[in-house]
Amino acid sequence: MSMDINWLKYSSPQAFYPLAGRLIPWFACVVVVLMGVGLYMGFFVAPTDFQQGEAYRIIFVHVPAAWMSMFLYVVMAVWAGIGMGLNARLSFMMAQAIAPTGAMFTFLALLTGAMWGKPTWGAWWVWDARLTSELILLFQYAGVMLLRTSIDDLRRADRASAVFALVGVVNVPIIYFSVQWWNTLHQGASVSMATGSKMASTMLTAMLLMTLAFWLYSIAVILARVRCIMVERESLPVWNEKSAVIQEAVEAR
Amino acid sequence: MLQAVSLRCSRGERRLFTDLNVKVERGSLLAVVGENGSGKTSLLRIFSSLLSPEQGSVLWEGQDILQLKELYAGQLTYIGHLNGIKDDLTPLENLMSAMSLAGESCSNNGAKEALEAIGLKRPIHQLPSKVLSQGQKRRVALARLWLSTRPLWLLDEPFTSLDTAATAVVTQRLHTHLQRAGLAVVVTHQEVALPTEIVQRLRLTG
Amino acid sequence: MNGSSMWEAVSGIIRRDLLLAMRRRSDAAMSVFFLVIVVSLFPLGVGPDPVVLRTIGPGVLWVAALLACLLSLSRVFTADYVDGALEQMVLVPQPLAVLVVGKVLAHWLISGLPVVLLSPLLGLQFGLSGESLGVLVMSLLLGTPTLSMIGAIGAALVLGVRGSGLLVALLVLPLYVPVLIFGAGAVTSSMAGIGGEANLSLLGACLVLSLFLAPWATAAALRIALE
Repeated sequence: MSMDINWLKYSSPQAFYPLAGRLIPWFACVVVVLMGVGLYMGFFVAPTDFQQGEAYRIIFVHVPAAWMSMFLYVVMAVWAGIGMGLNARLSFMMAQAIAPTGAMFTFLALLTGAMWGKPTWGAWWVWDARLTSELILLFQYAGVMLLRTSIDDLRRADRASAVFALVGVVNVPIIYFSVQWWNTLHQGASVSMATGSKMASTMLTAMLLMTLAFWLYSIAVILARVRCIMVERESLPVWNEKSAVIQEAVEAR
Repeated sequence: MLQAVSLRCSRGERRLFTDLNVKVERGSLLAVVGENGSGKTSLLRIFSSLLSPEQGSVLWEGQDILQLKELYAGQLTYIGHLNGIKDDLTPLENLMSAMSLAGESCSNNGAKEALEAIGLKRPIHQLPSKVLSQGQKRRVALARLWLSTRPLWLLDEPFTSLDTAATAVVTQRLHTHLQRAGLAVVVTHQEVALPTEIVQRLRLTG
Repeated sequence: MNGSSMWEAVSGIIRRDLLLAMRRRSDAAMSVFFLVIVVSLFPLGVGPDPVVLRTIGPGVLWVAALLACLLSLSRVFTADYVDGALEQMVLVPQPLAVLVVGKVLAHWLISGLPVVLLSPLLGLQFGLSGESLGVLVMSLLLGTPTLSMIGAIGAALVLGVRGSGLLVALLVLPLYVPVLIFGAGAVTSSMAGIGGEANLSLLGACLVLSLFLAPWATAAALRIALE
């Protein structure tokens, strides 16, 4: 019972703001440590790949970034759904805070994908299911953010971008499947961004560490951003903050 | 019986009204008055369920209108600022289409009579609505009031663009509706020429 | 609120929109002219080599149909939004999602069906023949209503927003990709001799899915736009 009361208290922006502020430094420290270890393992410790040489090491950034981009989209959609269902301002603010970070990871995944593709297959871009899905995901992030900036009314902006985020969640698996289908149809280069057969355990560990680092980084950045959003949205001077005076005058004879 | 309980509404960053409570009984009319921007249209739209309030609820016959959904929609006729008139259809087509969409049956003759009652003569019935004046278009929108059997009328500035004769006719129609145990919420900046015992005034100061 | 009055409301909406379209015939004509122009641009850009044209044909025809549908989206709800007919529709005592299906169906009959009917002629320009033409028409017949259903979500989200023309494209094109893949894929498979049935069934599945899911999202978006 006391747990319930605790959580509900933090659903108001006023209470959440200081909590978020206290959590950020902890996350930030852990992130630095994890990323340091992960990158070191990925770039120095993990063995050289038999087929791909040194260039493959970029997957230690590419794969975690891709995972995070998809994961963050789903989380954003969940917050959007909660906001629509409970009409909670904080939920919409969380969704608003997640989008830019998700878009950044998507872009990072695409960039590192291109950096991997060039030495490996000689092309900056390949139309395989995963990269193409990432590209569409980037457009969806852009759509969520642009919808928000184009609509002046805050409440409508919140809810419209929430609807689009939810629609997009349904779209991502459909895209993935359809692009895979399309690849088989056109007997495209059976290139896959998958790393093939089993990875050496150090590779797997490094990748997991990087994923964890990205995840905690996201939490830290999103908490910081949601604090900014709260300041922006909640502290603006509200006209007539005192309750409007309403006089009910029944005209009596 | 329509009841507003602790309604709160904001538009952008402006708080329009807080803790608004009002009751409208059958047979009476609520006239919502106030300056521009005080929230009159927002209040009417909250009553119509087009807008949801930040806080508070609206009750129809004791039940929350958000629970009633389509059942509540079937109890009201809403005529807002916009006429809901398609320019490429004739007044007769507009009226008949509006009635049938709302699920209220009306015959060709019934529609013609309604248009005549509000002052639009027969030749006008077959003209495309885009050639009508503002006042005439408003009359086409208001003609629904002669055919509607719904108990709750929500009207936003119904007398805009109407001349004195049409205003009197609409007011008379409102009176008849109230006498038949209907109720109405009317946003207006003019006095409604109805007996004061059936008119309740709500002034919003925004 | 029973089945027959729901049907009456939906058919009322369809009849009214069709009547309006007949009075303003330019709407339907515009989609068709756009399709013809865009499709003609490709040979001009790529060269008249029939082999190349046959290869790019399905894709070009499908992308052009998709763009024609996209452009027509600005006409689904905007007029009703501006003159107040939309808020009256939302206040009809029937489920809004059902009314939306009627509205989008009418829109498809006006803007989408002409594209489907014209497509065989355009297909001939690209050297498609026989069975592939049939598959092309079938794919567009299944695909364009899906595009209209999905597009209506975007159209509803951007009602009254400035810059909505480009914004709706950005919102809706990612959602169009699967339909494009299956649609063009059906024709390509048919031309390659594999047969277009698999892709056509997937298109059918997309249509059914959009018929069930899209109207809810569109109804929610319309309510948000009217607040």
